[in-house]
Amino acid sequence: MNKMIYMDHSATTPVKKEVLEEMLPYFSEFYGNPSSVYALSNHSRLAIDKARERVAKAIGAKKTEIFFTGGGSEADNWALKGVAYKNKDKGNHIITTKIEHHAILHTCEYLEQQGFQVTYLDVDEYGMISLEELEKAITEKTILISIMFANNEIGTIQPVKEIGELAKKHGVLFHTDAVQAVGSLPIDVKEMNIDLLSMSAHKLYGPKGVGALYIRQGTKIDPLIAGGAQEKNKRAGTENTPGIVGLGKAIELAYEHLEENTTYLISLRERLIKGIKERIPYVRLNGHPEKRLPGNANFCFQFIEGEALLLSLDMVGIAGSSGSACTSGSLDPSHVLLAIGLPHEIAHGSLRLSLGTGNTEEEVDFAVEKLVGIVDRLRMMSPLYEKVQGGNK
Amino acid sequence: MYSEKVMEHFMHPHNVGEIENADGVGEVGNAKCGDIMKMYLKIDGEIITDVKFKTFGCGSAIASSSMATELIKGRTVKEAMELTNKAVADALDGLPPVKMHCSVLAEQAIKSALLDYSHKTGVKIEGLEDVDFDDEHLHDHADEE
Repeated sequence: MNKMIYMDHSATTPVKKEVLEEMLPYFSEFYGNPSSVYALSNHSRLAIDKARERVAKAIGAKKTEIFFTGGGSEADNWALKGVAYKNKDKGNHIITTKIEHHAILHTCEYLEQQGFQVTYLDVDEYGMISLEELEKAITEKTILISIMFANNEIGTIQPVKEIGELAKKHGVLFHTDAVQAVGSLPIDVKEMNIDLLSMSAHKLYGPKGVGALYIRQGTKIDPLIAGGAQEKNKRAGTENTPGIVGLGKAIELAYEHLEENTTYLISLRERLIKGIKERIPYVRLNGHPEKRLPGNANFCFQFIEGEALLLSLDMVGIAGSSGSACTSGSLDPSHVLLAIGLPHEIAHGSLRLSLGTGNTEEEVDFAVEKLVGIVDRLRMMSPLYEKVQGGNK
Repeated sequence: MYSEKVMEHFMHPHNVGEIENADGVGEVGNAKCGDIMKMYLKIDGEIITDVKFKTFGCGSAIASSSMATELIKGRTVKEAMELTNKAVADALDGLPPVKMHCSVLAEQAIKSALLDYSHKTGVKIEGLEDVDFDDEHLHDHADEE
C-alpha cells in the first residue's frame, strides 16, 4: 500500500507542528493549575489569556466573550440548554434546521421532552434554508434560533448574516454551530449579529477535546457544568491549558493563511469534482455548487453502497467518509441527504471527501483514478446497475 | 472491523454474475434499506451445478453473498435448504452484530431462488413454505441475535 491519502478533514485534522510545539510546555513544565496563587500558575493563566485573545480576534469578538469548553458538542449543548433554561420565562420555542449536527438535533429532542417546542426548518435541494420560512416560524414565544454556519456533510454555507439580521429584528437570540466553518471561512460575530457561536479545535489542525463558545456580552445563559469558578463561573472544571493553547495557536494560523488556503482548497476541490463528473457516469454532487466549504466534496454514486466504497478506497490507502446507513449502524442513511430530498437508495451511495491543506493535486488525481475503477467494480456486482444496463445489451 | 475472510471475499468475491436461463432466480432486500441480493441457480436433478450472484450493499453483504454461493455450489438442494445465516457468518470468521442481517439476507436469497425453481418446475422442496421473506422482519430479527 502507498502512503495514506487522508481526505476526511471534516471528521478531524492532524495537529499542526507549530500548534503542538506551543502546547508541549504546558503538559510537564508549566503544569500549574491556573486557579492557584503561586508563580507556576501564572504561566498557565497568561497562556490561557493569550489563547482567549487569539480566538476572540479571529471571529471579531471581545476577549471576555470567549468561553473554553471540552469541544464542539459541549459548546452546542451548552448554548441550547443554557439559553433555553435561562430564558424559559420569556418563551419556550426554539427554531433550528433538519440538517444540524446531532449535537444540536439530539439536544433539541431532549429539550422537547422538557417541554420546549422546536421547529425544524426544511432546506432546499442544495441544503439552504429559506429566510422567509425562518421569519414565518418566529413567534412571540421564540427565544432562540440555532442554525449551523456550514454543514459538515454537504458543506453548504447558510446566509448567516441575513439570519442574524432577522434574529435581531425580532429580538431572538441567534446561535450558530460553526464547528466546520471556524478556520475555513471569514467570521465576524458583530457584523453577522451572532449571539452565540460554537467551535472545535480539532477541525482546524488543533487538538481534540477542546473548543469554545462565544457568548455575546449580556446574553442570558445558564452554565452547563457546575463546580468551580473557572471561565467567570460559567464553565466549571480545571482548564485544559495545553488544549486551550493549541486552539489559540491553531485558530491564529488558520486566519493568518485563510485566503491562500481557501484559494488552494477550492482549486483542489474543483479538480476533484471535475475529474469525477467527467469520468464517472450516474454521479451527483451534493450541496451547493458555490456556497460550500472550500475543502468539501460530497457525491452520490448511483447503484452502489457507500460503505463498500469506503472499504475499497481504504484498500488503496484513501480515507473518506459516507452518509450510508451501513456506516452509521442504523437503517437510515444520513438525515442531511434525506433532507435535501434524495431518495434512500441514492443516499446510501454517498461519499464525502473533505480536503485539507496537506492534500496535493497528485493525490486528487490518484483518488479520481482509483474511484473510476472502484465504482465500476461495485456497479458490475450490483443488480440495480444491471437493470440500467439492460437496455444496452 | 471486519475479519480478513470478509475483506478477502469483499475484494475478491466468488461467483459474481448472472446465469442465462437460470433454473431459479431469487431477489431479496430492498434499495431503501441499502441492500439487495439477487441469486441465480443452475440445478441438475438434485444438484446445484452453478450459482451466481449480484449484490447492492455494503462490504459484508457482498462477502456474505460470495460465501453463501461457495457453500452451496455443487451441493444438493436439500443441503442448500439447510444452510443457515449463522453458517455463512461462521464461514466468514464472524460478522459484527449490526451486520448479521447481511448473512440472513444471503440465506434468504438462496431460499428465494429455490422457491422460484420450485414454482417453475413444480418440484416440491421441503421447508420452503415456512420461509418469511419480509425484509423489515429480517432486520428486526437480525438485531435480536
